[in-house]
Amino acid sequence: MIYFDNAATSWPKPPCVGEAMMRFMQEAGVNPGRGSYHLAIEAGRTVYRAREAVARLVNASNPLRVVFTANVTEALNLALRGLLRPGQHVVTSGIEHNAVMRPLRALEREGVSITVVPCSPTGLLDPADVRAALRPETALVALNHASNVIGTITPIAEVGAIAHEHGIPFLVDTAQTAGVVPLDMAAMQIDLLAFTGHKALLGPMGTGGLVLAEGFDEARLEPLIRGGTGSNSEWEEQPSFLPDKYESGTPNAVGLAGLEASVHWVLARGVETIRAHEQVLTALLLDGLAEIPGVIVYGPRDPAQQVATVSWNIAGMDPGEVGLRLEEEYGILCRVGLHCSPAAHRTIGTFPTGTVRFGLGAMNTQEEVLEAIKAVYALAKEARC
Amino acid sequence: MLSQFCVLLVPSTSYAVRAENLLARAGIEAKLIPVPRKFSSNCGTCLRIAREDLERALEVLKKGKLEPEAVHDL
Ligand SMILES: Cc1ncc(COP(=O)(O)O)c(C=O)c1O
Repeated sequence: MIYFDNAATSWPKPPCVGEAMMRFMQEAGVNPGRGSYHLAIEAGRTVYRAREAVARLVNASNPLRVVFTANVTEALNLALRGLLRPGQHVVTSGIEHNAVMRPLRALEREGVSITVVPCSPTGLLDPADVRAALRPETALVALNHASNVIGTITPIAEVGAIAHEHGIPFLVDTAQTAGVVPLDMAAMQIDLLAFTGHKALLGPMGTGGLVLAEGFDEARLEPLIRGGTGSNSEWEEQPSFLPDKYESGTPNAVGLAGLEASVHWVLARGVETIRAHEQVLTALLLDGLAEIPGVIVYGPRDPAQQVATVSWNIAGMDPGEVGLRLEEEYGILCRVGLHCSPAAHRTIGTFPTGTVRFGLGAMNTQEEVLEAIKAVYALAKEARC
Repeated sequence: MLSQFCVLLVPSTSYAVRAENLLARAGIEAKLIPVPRKFSSNCGTCLRIAREDLERALEVLKKGKLEPEAVHDL
């Protein structure tokens, strides 16, 4: 079996991830941050270490500014809903995931105006177009760091500089990049960094979060939910300090124990090393697909400009059928269709049919890529007959 | 007689753990304990340190932008 759906969720995980989760469940699986007995404190330490690991990964200086959520979707909802008010304006791009577009469309009905800056047919955003879209009432620039459909990497640092020149907060969806593209909140001038644990960070599902830059004033950001935090218990008002302001209810501590282990694994291997490995795989895949008559490849088709996610089609063959046959005849698991991102498919011209997507990951090998190319070759040959 | 220990009250367990780490890095031992009843705190957990470490501890925490909400002799 070949697993090529890492853009949805990475699998398998490094063994240390499951081990850390098992250890937490068996040795300290109690409520972190509520009681003060030694096990509760140990559980609290586990969650804190996960904050430290994430802070290190994104070069944030204060781990208490790492707010944990269930996934990047919740983190993005927190950022968008918490920040934007009727009458304000937000700038986003043509390769956003529905995790950004759906909350924005709902906010639009409540009086927030939206500019979707178009991307090139290969998904590339021109920072000058973002600058041109800014208005006096622009309250946020929200961008996907890399397309989950075609892998195109957005020039984040350039846009960060433009946003800051205008004093506008900058939100980045790093779902497809955290763990494979070096992230530095300070250098990239990111105010709000949303991440998910279960993709390239190689952690468990149900983990993610929003990292607030040191210079971002959290008084501007309303919580998405309110409730018990284990702190300020005598007050019926939500605490105003981080991370408690945004973290109500018992956290997914077992998941965060796994996330701590996975982020440490990523840091030990090195984001640059993982990126280099994935670039080799991407180059191999792109070269192979380019030589198959009848195969259309979307996106930049350049490993330097994209992450290891490649969308393609066989002319005259339904992507759904391709996906099914890849699994049944070749044991290749991948995702077909629209990948929760109609905007990106409109950008590349594959809406509403969609594409076949190979999401390669840190655990994939060159042998697997070569085998997959052979399978695509065989299917495409049939389609031509 | 001066008490041997004092407690630093903090707003949350995450603060307590971060403070514990910062202090450990500076070679100061802190123990996370339940807040004694006679003090009122926003959080159930506080840090207990040796009285003689207090001055240095406050300096370390100030540098880490993590000043305690209150300090009491135990
Ligand atoms: C760019 C992007 N944003 C958001 C998401 C949503 O991720 P999650 O399901 O972890 O919230 C995904 C993954 O599906 C994604 O690729």
